[in-house]
Amino acid sequence: MNTLLNNSDLFITGFRNTLILFFFAAIFALILGTVVATLRVSPVPAMRAAATLYVNVVRNTPLTLVLFFFALGYPKLGLVPIDFMTAAIIGLSLYTATYVAEAVRSGINTVPVGQAEAARAIGLPFTQTLTLVILPQAFRAVIPPMFSVFIALLKNTTVAAGFSVFEAGAIRANLSERGEPAMAGLLWVALVFIALVFILSAAQRKLEQKWKVDR
Amino acid sequence: MSSVLFDAPGPKARSRYRILGVVTALVILLIVGFVILRFAQSGQFEAKKWQLFTFPLVQQTIAQSVGATLAAFGTAAVFSLVLGIFLAFGRLSDRRWISLPCYGFTELFRAVPLLILMMIFYYGLPTVGVQGITPFIAVVAGLVLYNGSVLAEVFRAGIESLPRGQSEAGYAIGLPKSAVMTSILLPQAIRSMLPVIISQLVVILKDTALGFIVTYNEILFQAKFFGSQIQYGSPIIPSAIVAGVLYVGMCLILAAIAKWLEKRLSRQPGAAVIPAAAIPAEV
Repeated sequence: MNTLLNNSDLFITGFRNTLILFFFAAIFALILGTVVATLRVSPVPAMRAAATLYVNVVRNTPLTLVLFFFALGYPKLGLVPIDFMTAAIIGLSLYTATYVAEAVRSGINTVPVGQAEAARAIGLPFTQTLTLVILPQAFRAVIPPMFSVFIALLKNTTVAAGFSVFEAGAIRANLSERGEPAMAGLLWVALVFIALVFILSAAQRKLEQKWKVDR
Repeated sequence: MSSVLFDAPGPKARSRYRILGVVTALVILLIVGFVILRFAQSGQFEAKKWQLFTFPLVQQTIAQSVGATLAAFGTAAVFSLVLGIFLAFGRLSDRRWISLPCYGFTELFRAVPLLILMMIFYYGLPTVGVQGITPFIAVVAGLVLYNGSVLAEVFRAGIESLPRGQSEAGYAIGLPKSAVMTSILLPQAIRSMLPVIISQLVVILKDTALGFIVTYNEILFQAKFFGSQIQYGSPIIPSAIVAGVLYVGMCLILAAIAKWLEKRLSRQPGAAVIPAAAIPAEV
């Protein structure tokens, strides 16, 4: 308990940054993932191929390597300089977007075929079939897998600690500098994560009940 | 499903798709071309930066680091599968004093970030008097606890998705519960969940890369080391590319095996194979 109370500044800053990483990466991943899923079911073969390639390559790359590219490779591009926090948000978003895309795609597959056929029958083009009829239903069906993706994202933010971002995963190193016991610090970090995951799971159950699709 | 989202294209739509296709290709070429151009401008493709990778000793070290990655992956995969089966059986037990701890165990280790688990083993345990924790042990122990818990849920879902008649038939011919589980339910559950199990193995393979943060000498650790060699111009991009090719290659091989198994198993009659895409794996 002393480790937590004496170093509450470290824990508060660390978890605040974790939540910032989580929040922005979740939003960007949700948007990008939906776009990628749309491309994967689009009528244009080149778009389907591009989206499939993106998902297959990034999904099979370790997150650590993705962040490695953004933290150490991006500066070599000579673009606007970004801090490690932004680099981590971009890396996490690009990585998580592939999982979001797969979840959305599996959601699209759960919508009965008749829905798409009816939409086409009244003359809706592809974009409207998808955005007005299919996606709203798909999102409701896809809440449980989407939340597991976000829970994974929350835990994955710790990887950014390997790339100079001060978040929950980096609390240990900073505690050691102050000569605090590593074990106690790590157990507190683990405990906070368990609590955060618990909150997310509770939100999942709530949303699932609220948005249940009657079929 | 995707093909019912749009009508078969007529001549007009076909030409529109062609234009869109060309635009897509152009946009991608533009992005990739820009990245390559900028890397080339900042000298990332100079021979000096790649020279490092032509030395036999360096190639040997890279081969060793691939070996280290595969060793951690193999050990963790085997133990995760074993732990997963035990936890799944535990959770399905009729005795609450067995099923409750197993439930708590799986929920606990699924909620703690894998990196924190590895740190607890590598940095935490030695400070409370446990000696002899090598980076390898820390990496494998973390991977096993986390993926064992995830796989336990996969096995349990597989067993619970089987028709009730399967276990009833087992009990009817007088088998005890342990025999019903091991010789009737588990083989079918493993078969129907095989694609999901293998995509979880891909996750284990990818997560070995976390080992570099707890100083395990694997591919990424070596890549960072080579990338910081100043006498070769700090070839960080070349070594990241080498590491990327190695990881993506290994994962794609595993993923291809999963796809092949999925196809093969779903061709056999009576097998209800769950496609890997239907259950997004834990990341």
